[in-house]
Amino acid sequence: MTGDQVGERRLSIGAAIREAIIEEMQRDERVFLIGEDIGIPGGFGGAFGVYLGLPEIFGRDRIIDTPISEKAIAGAAVGAAMMGMRPIPDLQYSDFVFECMDEIVNQAAKMRYMSGGRIRVPLVLRLPVGASNRGAQHGQSPESYFIHVPGLKVVCPSDAYHAKGIMKAAIRDDDPVLVFEHKLLYGSKGRESAGGLDLTAHVPEEEYVVPLGQAVVKRAGTDVTIVATHLVLYRCLAAAEILAEEGIECEVIDPLSLLPLDVETIYASVDRTGRLVIAHEDTLTGGWGAELAARVVGERFDSLRAPIVRIAGHDVPLPVAPALEEAVIPSIDRIADQVRALVAARR
Amino acid sequence: MNEPVDVSGLDADHARLLYRGLVRLRRFEDRVYQLFLKGELPGTVHQYQGQEAVAVGVCDALEPGDWITSTHRPHGHALAKGVSMRGAMAELYGKATGCCGGKGGSMHLGDPDVGMVPAIAIVAGGVSIVSGMGLAFKLQGSGQVAACFFGEGATNEGAFHEGVNFAAVQRLPIVYVCENNLYGASTAYHLTTLVPDVVDRVAAYGIPAVSVDGMDVVAMREATAEARERAAGGGGPTLIEAKTYRFAGHSRGDARKYREREEEDAWRDLDPLTRLRDAVVSRDPSEAGRLDAVEAEVEAELEDAVTFARESPEPDAAEAFTGVYADAFPVPSMRGGIL
Ligand SMILES: Cc1ncc(C[n+]2csc(CCOP(=O)(O)OP(=O)(O)O)c2C)c(N)n1
Repeated sequence: MTGDQVGERRLSIGAAIREAIIEEMQRDERVFLIGEDIGIPGGFGGAFGVYLGLPEIFGRDRIIDTPISEKAIAGAAVGAAMMGMRPIPDLQYSDFVFECMDEIVNQAAKMRYMSGGRIRVPLVLRLPVGASNRGAQHGQSPESYFIHVPGLKVVCPSDAYHAKGIMKAAIRDDDPVLVFEHKLLYGSKGRESAGGLDLTAHVPEEEYVVPLGQAVVKRAGTDVTIVATHLVLYRCLAAAEILAEEGIECEVIDPLSLLPLDVETIYASVDRTGRLVIAHEDTLTGGWGAELAARVVGERFDSLRAPIVRIAGHDVPLPVAPALEEAVIPSIDRIADQVRALVAARR
Repeated sequence: MNEPVDVSGLDADHARLLYRGLVRLRRFEDRVYQLFLKGELPGTVHQYQGQEAVAVGVCDALEPGDWITSTHRPHGHALAKGVSMRGAMAELYGKATGCCGGKGGSMHLGDPDVGMVPAIAIVAGGVSIVSGMGLAFKLQGSGQVAACFFGEGATNEGAFHEGVNFAAVQRLPIVYVCENNLYGASTAYHLTTLVPDVVDRVAAYGIPAVSVDGMDVVAMREATAEARERAAGGGGPTLIEAKTYRFAGHSRGDARKYREREEEDAWRDLDPLTRLRDAVVSRDPSEAGRLDAVEAEVEAELEDAVTFARESPEPDAAEAFTGVYADAFPVPSMRGGIL
């Protein structure tokens, strides 16, 4: 499944994630939600409306509204998970995860190991990322901080089909899973930013689960492999369309999960194309692209016909002005130019 | 709460100055709302209508060298502390002439020239940092004071408790201004704590805490003057809990379905602009015309600010890469032809 099948049941990512949560809450009564502004009657259903309608189905005992206390939320989630529950904590924007780094990094990630494998922390922390003219404290993409932490799993769904499936897998997972979702991909509002591409996907009626650690080939191609996530993935797909008209065929891969990372799919593609571009909105230095590049160089050096190119958010805090924000995060033009230059440098 | 505003301690000029302050904040926000709906402003806005008496009263009692920290809802704080209307409006437009050059935007308005650090959009983020500002003033013996604005929702963050406790024990020159508008986003404060009055929680840290009618600009001014004097004199921090209400939604697009319309109406009856105006005019009916003139002047100032913002240039894209560090070295991602 590429997540692009044509079908009559097209959902946005937000709706798909809501379905996944509903199904898993129905399936397993240990699953519960805890966070800020998630279930208040007449409220927002979470900062992005993903939980709207859930209190009516499950009641406010399983949709627990909290004070603005990220440490309390994350701490309660870790503690409840250790005692046999399956919490889904919510902190609104991913930028606020820094308020509870201790609970995530020192506690959730390490309990299993410190206990000699006897304690588990099955929680799913949803973390909305992405620039949307809200500036330096409401637009970061902090996923790369967390792939540095042994004991955490990190996923980045970018389409509704996979978002639903991997959310279900994450909820069933016995380890802490951080799910990074891009704000502009929730509904259809981000369409323009994504180069006009349709952001809904066919989500079948039947139940399915998408396991962690399986990349998705979104577009097949022979000249260059592009690995990208979130909004930038769509911009890469839009760039690939443009480049195809010029005779450059891009293979575009959505890694879907960063930890565990499906390197085999990526290696196999690089073996065929000999060129690799890695693109993400998160800043360049120390971003997940650096880790992937190092792996490919270490294990597929002989397949590479050219240096690996990373296209990332620039190493600056996010500015709010549209004119500045667009200069910082990878644009379709920047991606197309970089790929063109890479392919032109024939070796 | 609905007692008449006591203007007996104010001369007519001062009363007019406070009225101007309130009107500036209200008209600015009403206009921003329209501009936002028209699609002229990027991002989001958190508005201040209803709470004007807090910012205006507090900032009127501060000295020019004092500093403030602010929140995700900073428009009122910024204007009251002296950020120019042009600079604030242009910043909301994301223009090069904005008070932060278009980098900060609505949630980070600020201007060091008038003693305002960029507003901090992390709830309670200012409460830990303001301790350091106060510490610096104390170490420097400068006599300056820092006022720290935050909402009641922020008092549930660990940063609030750590920050206030530390400032208390160090006797730092800080005035905490908690704007208790009853709701943090959609969540009513009483659902989040068993102690609905912030003054009661703060008592535990051993500092003075006063509950003030936050719809009364004169009461806010007086409470701040007293707290400021204590702070500057080495008496340590004070917390002012301003009982207030935001008339608008939490942010744009909030239909306020979690509040009763009766509750909103009751608070609208306490409108800080009307209350000050009524008090001033009942003391001296001839003031009515002068207050009208103030309103007209504010209207002109606002019109000028909007025109200025609209006509200002977008920031140059290259500006995105400046000001990350003190040194002029290129940001790492700009090296080696990565761009
Ligand atoms: C650490 C953190 N958590 C959550 C948020 C999201 N958020 C923004 S404003 C807000 C409500 C704040 O309420 P309050 O502090 O009472 O201020 P008010 O909005 O009433 O001015 C929330 C939850 C945030 N910005 N920062």
